[in-house]
Amino acid sequence: MSTAAPAVTTTADDKKWKMIDARIRRRGNSPDALIEVLHAVQEAFGYLEPDVLAYVGNALGVPPSRVYGVATFYSLFMLKPQGEHTVIVCTGTACYINHAAALLSRIHDRLDIKPGETSEDGLVSLLNARCLGACSMAPAVVVDGAVQGRVTPEGVDHILEGLRS
Amino acid sequence: MTDVAEREETPPAAEPIRACANVCEAAGCMSLEAERVLDALRERVTERGLTDVAIKRVGCLRLCAAGPLVEIPEQGQLFEAVDPTSPESIDRVVDALAGGKGGRSTADDPFFSRQVRIVLGNSGLVDPEDLNDYVAHGGYEALTQAVTTMRPYEVLEEIVHSGLRGRGGAGYPTGLKWRTVAKATSGSDEGKFVICNADEGDPGAFMDRSVLESVPQQVLEGMAIAGYAVGANHGYIYVRAEYPLAVKRLRLAIREAERAGLLGANIAETAFRFDVDIRIGAGAFVCGEETALIASVEGRRGTPRPRPPFPAQSGLWGRPTLINNVETLANVPAILRNGATWYRAIGTPKSAGTKVFALAGRVVNTGLIEVPMGVTLRDIVYEIGGGIIGGAKFKAVQTGGPSGGCIPAEHLDMSVDYESLAQAGSIMGSGGMIVMDETSCMVDVAKYFMDFCREESCGKCIPCRVGTVQLYGLLEKITQGEAVPKDLDTLERLADMVKSTSLCGLGQSAPNPIFSTLRYFRDEYVSHIEDRICPAGVCPMTSAVTS
Repeated sequence: MSTAAPAVTTTADDKKWKMIDARIRRRGNSPDALIEVLHAVQEAFGYLEPDVLAYVGNALGVPPSRVYGVATFYSLFMLKPQGEHTVIVCTGTACYINHAAALLSRIHDRLDIKPGETSEDGLVSLLNARCLGACSMAPAVVVDGAVQGRVTPEGVDHILEGLRS
Repeated sequence: MTDVAEREETPPAAEPIRACANVCEAAGCMSLEAERVLDALRERVTERGLTDVAIKRVGCLRLCAAGPLVEIPEQGQLFEAVDPTSPESIDRVVDALAGGKGGRSTADDPFFSRQVRIVLGNSGLVDPEDLNDYVAHGGYEALTQAVTTMRPYEVLEEIVHSGLRGRGGAGYPTGLKWRTVAKATSGSDEGKFVICNADEGDPGAFMDRSVLESVPQQVLEGMAIAGYAVGANHGYIYVRAEYPLAVKRLRLAIREAERAGLLGANIAETAFRFDVDIRIGAGAFVCGEETALIASVEGRRGTPRPRPPFPAQSGLWGRPTLINNVETLANVPAILRNGATWYRAIGTPKSAGTKVFALAGRVVNTGLIEVPMGVTLRDIVYEIGGGIIGGAKFKAVQTGGPSGGCIPAEHLDMSVDYESLAQAGSIMGSGGMIVMDETSCMVDVAKYFMDFCREESCGKCIPCRVGTVQLYGLLEKITQGEAVPKDLDTLERLADMVKSTSLCGLGQSAPNPIFSTLRYFRDEYVSHIEDRICPAGVCPMTSAVTS
């Protein structure tokens, strides 16, 4: 790998970069590994920075246009830093039937954010999911990775208060 | 299989195990702290000095609505909502283990007794993280039998004769697909590929997730058998990133199978080699379409391309590629073990076997069900599903997700098979089954699915990219009470156009929810447009109120 790591790299990030480089090497710097490597980068840094995209493209021999194309095509890749906490409201069919929209509007009332946005104080990022497969617990909300089932608008208040404290 | 490490699930029992409490550790119950239930049960069993019982982690116990679930299969007892923090709740299970009564009896409960389990036969019985346990329940018998005693074409013909059809939705005969790939010449040393499509994207569907979390080895076994039959030595499983537990268990399952000589080189000490790699999606519904899925496995944007050539001729990296859905492959080991004739006898003449459905929505028994093809919708909703929540009135059942349709009460006695569902204006689909009561507005339902399709359209072809947005706009106009009668004509004309001119299945089927709701609930559309009334009281009917 001839490309130098991007300028964003700090000593604290060295370990993360080593992991990403190892992943790239394991797949033989193959362009096919692009999605997998972007997953690894996002896992390490939380989102995909332009410098990082350039670095990955270089390492895999993929033109920047294609790297950016892939990064923007797939909804799980984030190009902006995320809030301290992530709240995902499932909007799959079962959750829709069981009134997930009311949960989204409650969060909107409280934090003035829509799915894909982060609250002004950087505390909460709101996302919606196209079915988490937790249909039996509809409507479902995932708070920092933990699934909560049968959430009511009042439950949303509790969740947000919990994140604040 | 002596080199697979002994696991701690079974305590070194001096006496034989008389009863075992199976703790569901599929994603639903896991999110309700099933792991703590398992720990609490083990602790309590030790405290009470019970030595002839065991506590085991298993896959999905199916009644997801009532988790965390624990089952004592020997005694047909199911315990619902077991609370790891409540000594009484834990003791109820342990009492039963010690020979006592209690729990829900599964033998005469229609939710369980009406099901026929082939795909899920080992789900809830086998530890998904233990290869030995799967082998003890007949696992890898079929693969071993295939590679040691059968020729590839014999395996293939067995699948042809079984009548198995693709469980991903369209219902193409699996055997014919295998045959096409088997006949295709790869034209290179790299050979052919088998891809397992585990990109379960339909909202309201979680069958494949549960299968992967519960019996990952069964899917791998099915893949390896498929590889042997069509002449492929390499397989990929394309899984959604949204299913971390499934990914984790698949990784473990692949590692264990490789160590035991059941995957990788020299399977069952023969010359057959089959390697499996996992590829993880990144949130794009269109990747369920096979050419888009191939693009994604190759690390590119998941956009479909015109067919032909079909992947069977030119798929992954231009090589012949067999793509089957999770449930399809999970059927394969049982078909080889029991024979094509056995399988064919289950279900209907044209739709053989069983189908797994994710039953959800306004139904009492939400969960995973496996039923023989040909069962009626009424049986599913009222017998197995236990009816509508709060005894409310049934309105419709939605099958096939955004590519499917809504089936009204007048068709409740319809047989559930590929042809009947298509005739009723829906599709079998991958297995999502959402029950709706009178609180659902059917125009809003159509709008919900169109919203999904417009966001998930990959943008490659214009009919889908622009058409879904325009259709959504028309539906929004109707639900806001701003539509005029002419809009309904435009809606139908445009829906027809999107259906007939889109590039791939996503666009071609996107108008289906509109067609089926128009067919059965046209009066609701008319009442929105002419009377400015939403009969279900869902739509705001004034643009000022909506966001």
